[in-house]
Amino acid sequence: MAVTLSERAAQHVSNFLSKRGKGIGVRLGVKTSGCSGMAYKLEFADAAEPEDVVFESHGLKVLVDPKSLPYIDGTELDYAREGLNEGFKFNNPNVKDQCGCGESFNV
Amino acid sequence: MALLQITEPGQTTAPHEHRLAVGIDLGTTNSLVATVRSGMAVVLNDEHGRALLPSVVRYEGDGTVEVGYEAQAGQSIDPKNTIVSVKRFMGRGLKDIAHIESLPYEFVEGEGMVRLRTVQGVKSPVEVSADILRAMRVRAEGALGGQLTGAVITVPAYFDDAQRQATKDAARLAGFNVLRLLNEPTAAAIAYGLDNGAEGIYAVYDLGGGTFDISILRLSKGVFQVLSTGGDSALGGDDFDHRIFCWVIEQAKLKPVSPQDGRLLLTRAREAKEYLTTHAVAPISVRLGSGEYVDLTITTEIFTEITRTLVQKTLAPTRKALRDANLRPEDVKGVVMVGGATRMPQVQQAVAAFFGQEPLNNLDPDKVVALGAATQANLLAGNRAAGDDWLLLDVIPLSLGMETMGGLVEKVIPRNSTIPIARAQEFTTFKDGQTAMAIQVVQGERELVSDCRSLARFELRGIPPMVAGAARIRVTFQVDADGLLSVTAREQTTGHEARIEVKPSYGLSDDEIAAMLKDSFSHATEDAFRRALREAQVEAQRLLEAVQSALREDAALLSTLERAHVDTLVARLQAVMIGDDRRAIDDAMAALNKGTAEFAARRMNASVQKALSGKKVEELEK
Repeated sequence: MAVTLSERAAQHVSNFLSKRGKGIGVRLGVKTSGCSGMAYKLEFADAAEPEDVVFESHGLKVLVDPKSLPYIDGTELDYAREGLNEGFKFNNPNVKDQCGCGESFNV
Repeated sequence: MALLQITEPGQTTAPHEHRLAVGIDLGTTNSLVATVRSGMAVVLNDEHGRALLPSVVRYEGDGTVEVGYEAQAGQSIDPKNTIVSVKRFMGRGLKDIAHIESLPYEFVEGEGMVRLRTVQGVKSPVEVSADILRAMRVRAEGALGGQLTGAVITVPAYFDDAQRQATKDAARLAGFNVLRLLNEPTAAAIAYGLDNGAEGIYAVYDLGGGTFDISILRLSKGVFQVLSTGGDSALGGDDFDHRIFCWVIEQAKLKPVSPQDGRLLLTRAREAKEYLTTHAVAPISVRLGSGEYVDLTITTEIFTEITRTLVQKTLAPTRKALRDANLRPEDVKGVVMVGGATRMPQVQQAVAAFFGQEPLNNLDPDKVVALGAATQANLLAGNRAAGDDWLLLDVIPLSLGMETMGGLVEKVIPRNSTIPIARAQEFTTFKDGQTAMAIQVVQGERELVSDCRSLARFELRGIPPMVAGAARIRVTFQVDADGLLSVTAREQTTGHEARIEVKPSYGLSDDEIAAMLKDSFSHATEDAFRRALREAQVEAQRLLEAVQSALREDAALLSTLERAHVDTLVARLQAVMIGDDRRAIDDAMAALNKGTAEFAARRMNASVQKALSGKKVEELEK
């Protein structure tokens, strides 16, 4: 399995990275908070930690810490537009249920 | 699902958690509230754009409580009920208060802490401070548009446990969740440390309205460590005002002045002091209530001269704090100036001469503490930003210890220890067969208990009878992150244990606080009642007007008898609605509604008939 970016997501990530001027890729993960158990983490990555699992997707580095991996393995990060709002979306096959807003989830 | 944005490393916030936290600088002269918005600490202004809230509370005869600028007006017209610089009385007894004879208040000796008699009854300094904090909370909630998660409130580093506890109680009474108390100089260091990121040894010289603090800090790799603190909890800008005040009395050869005149003169003295910051000469002219006219001019030279001892008084604790940290003035890389009183040129000069360098003052000295507190509050509320993972080390200002035989103090935690801290020490019995031990907890640097401040006293019982010196009693002192103390004594062979949370002996027990909180709840019921009454009155008025206008239009629909009945009901409602019996108003309204139901039905029929008359059924069907 792997954690990947959709083509659209990859375009946006590389845009953001070049605007930001630094960073080696994007870090995906989860943290244990939120109304429904877990919350996603989506951050710029400035450096890889030694224990990170690193995937390559559309030429970009996707970093995942090993603790988060079981929860998001198989995820494709997509970029979507909903009305006035646009942003990234985790298409995560591990999710069993999530809270109404989708900001947090359970596996 | 929600759409996410990429954040800076480490900045991911938890979902649904928009934690509003504020930092409050509860000052002797002025108070401020600040918060962090989009990663930047900002002071929250009032609706007039003013950052400072004068720490002044006026209690008026009609039950209103004014805070801030509104209350300041009361200083000269109603000095007895206008409480200024209440911070000086926090956790303090009568004998601890300087210049008590020139203060216009009626003091009442309370249990451990002085109280003030006002037109609204006897107020403790905790209650007065709570009124100031309440105003800050209203401002913050208005500006942030929501309930606050918590607040960090600053206190002078020199505050003892009683004063800290009093501050916490005031915040609780004002409805704050206190995340922690933070020493003012540490807060200033946070504000400067974040903005400048400079490493090295720093001194924080904080001369506020009523307190002086000096703190020696080490800033390295984003970590703040307080190396030592010192100060004087009864020295500040107010004393400079007082020097000018005394100078005026002496120069104008005034007899002892009335409280009103005293307050007026002090206000003029403060204005002169502030004027001298940017001018060489300041006029002082005032007409007193006694008819005397004062017209003097004070120069920078005179001002410097009459306040020289005050400035010198700040340098002694500064020397001591440096000595405590094993440092010399030249080791200090920068001096941070905090507090409005550091604007005085002679203070700037003295500090520059002492440290051999110009002090740092690129942040507003009135705001740095609040800004630092806001940064800390933001962090404690859980809103961490990139690079915020530094640790904050704080120290206890005075040694903590216990009494041993002969009235001596055995120090368990030495002053300037970093907190939180726990230290244990073993003690033993003094007499053969001794089965109990009294533990007296004291705070202070002196060797005799009588010279230190007694914080608490408790007894450990159930020590098995043994020869003197055989029992082993382990006493543990623990100070939490707020600098508050708990002491545990444990007999090692039996495990008998006794402990105490130090409720400093100044008075306000939990029961008293609960009573005051309950008091505010009972006012809430009263307020709710008043509101319901007012609503009923408004509704009754509306009903009366509707009935009267109907009577004017369609009086013909009622027989004389019916008309008299309606008139009686109207009169009854008019009679009860001016009273405060809401039930009676409701009943009279219901009666009037019922009594006019038939009338209303007839009016309805009449108007329908009018609309229909002369029309054919076919027309109506269209």
